Amino acid sequence: MEIAVCCKQILDPEAPASGYKIDLDSPRIIAGPGIAHVVSPFDLQAVEAALRIKEKTGARVSVLSLGNNLLRDVVKKPLAMGADELYLLEDDAFESLDSWNTALALSQAIRKIGRFDLILCGRQAADRDSGQVGIGIAEFLGIPCITVAKKIEVSTNRLVVERALSRGSESVEAGMPALVTVSNELGEPRLATLRGIMAATRKLPVVLKPTDIGLDAEVLKIEKTTVMRLFRQARENKCEIIHGETPAEIGANLAVALRRAKIV
Amino acid sequence: MSDHRDVLILGAIEAERLSGTSWELLGCGRKLADKAEARLHCIIAGPGAGILSLSAIAGGADVVYASDDPHFQHYHPESYLPLVTEVAKQANPSIILLGHDDMGRDLAPRMAFKLAAGLCTDCIDISLDDQTGRLIHTRSVYGGNLMSASVANTGTQIATIRQKAMAPAKLDPDRVGSVISVDVGIDPCAFAIKVTDRTEEADVGGVKLEDAKVVIGGGRGIGGPDGFKQLEQMARKLNGAVGASRPPCDSGWMPAARQIGLTGQIVAPDVYIAVALSGSSQHLAGCSGSKKIVAVNSDPEANIFSVADFGAVGDWKEILPSFMAKIDELNQG
Repeated sequence: MEIAVCCKQILDPEAPASGYKIDLDSPRIIAGPGIAHVVSPFDLQAVEAALRIKEKTGARVSVLSLGNNLLRDVVKKPLAMGADELYLLEDDAFESLDSWNTALALSQAIRKIGRFDLILCGRQAADRDSGQVGIGIAEFLGIPCITVAKKIEVSTNRLVVERALSRGSESVEAGMPALVTVSNELGEPRLATLRGIMAATRKLPVVLKPTDIGLDAEVLKIEKTTVMRLFRQARENKCEIIHGETPAEIGANLAVALRRAKIV
Repeated sequence: MSDHRDVLILGAIEAERLSGTSWELLGCGRKLADKAEARLHCIIAGPGAGILSLSAIAGGADVVYASDDPHFQHYHPESYLPLVTEVAKQANPSIILLGHDDMGRDLAPRMAFKLAAGLCTDCIDISLDDQTGRLIHTRSVYGGNLMSASVANTGTQIATIRQKAMAPAKLDPDRVGSVISVDVGIDPCAFAIKVTDRTEEADVGGVKLEDAKVVIGGGRGIGGPDGFKQLEQMARKLNGAVGASRPPCDSGWMPAARQIGLTGQIVAPDVYIAVALSGSSQHLAGCSGSKKIVAVNSDPEANIFSVADFGAVGDWKEILPSFMAKIDELNQG
């Protein structure tokens, strides 16, 4: 069984707001001092899902990342966790693509590399939170797509997936090939092992250019959606801190303040 | 024939009524249609759609596409995608709006790639640009740390709208509109994806999380399921509901359906009481629409205080009992 996992390199989404700098001209977000690049957390959960299937079935796990000047330490993390191959779609033409073009390029690469039984993506990238690329890849490839999985099982060429819904869950089945997007309910991704890190260091990624996957770089310049402006939301600090000699007194004073403001 | 300026929204039926999201979509869809001097089209599918079409018209729709087909009772991409593409062909809208809920998150990207249309998801605001007439989508990026304004460059512009971000439509029973019955002949046997089971979280207590006027949100600092039981007791007294940030749900202290945040429930109560939660941007995306935010946290540097209206610094286990005792006292006095 062959599994592909799509992983996006992003700026650490848990960094404080002040860590992001806005380049107004492009416009795009650039890292302030001390802000790390990471693999989008939902994508690592997709890697985890793939590795759980690998443990049971011996599947081979290939990871695809797309961008420009990708940091090897970052994009190799799935290898260190236990993935087998790494493909990097890396070129000037792959910089800051919209969802449509990202899905187009990844689907072309998946087609080119060969037949995958299962393709996994995070439910959304933790930078733009758009949640389009996984579904888009499936649409381009013409295969079934199951979103927001919290559990994925494979039995005799059939997928059994539990989906996380806002008020419950849904169990679905589909044949393969298929694409599944993974949600955080799947559980924490495993840590890299020392052996994994050693293996990842030695492993050379396969770098793919637009021409390698049959894409005209000019086509990627035509955007379906364009970011016009990035800005900070004005947040005035208006918090009224309730004081007291003891925590119990703070509690009582809070009740009085909220009642006075007709809040409770 | 319709002008290519019209707006199409996808409504939904919940407990035999139009869902809250439907009213919000009708509200913002009507505003956009008025500004563009265009019509508002609305899809309603599932048992009862015919009757509820009249509600949608009273809520602002000019044309309702209704299907009573029971296969639409629950969302399935292989039933809803043919339905919306068929209606989109008939209505020829310039703008298609869906809620950013379980259905919209799954369906909108499928529509966008099927129709080769630009899509902006999870918009907290949308408006028509005066000069270009294009939709400007305001959405949060980096979990709410930054905002972006985007446009779709395609003839059809699709957007999903964050729940509770838009004011619901005002009801006008005198409005007139037309109802078109649609039938796309759904055959579930032909579906590639088979739904084998569906479980819905039973509501704990009487008040639903998304409808509650008072919501208490607990974070990692609650420490375990027992702490959440204390919050539940407090919520009952305040006639509210309890939710949680992601860590308690991931740790199994609270059901996943109670997660408030970017990927969970969006709440916008009159008052949100954030207890022992740091206020990650991913969580704030789910509660920042609250009218008032009260934060209780032992860390005075916690991010939650930057968005709170009232703050209490200290151990929630010591603050909340006296808070509740005082509330009781005030209620009696």
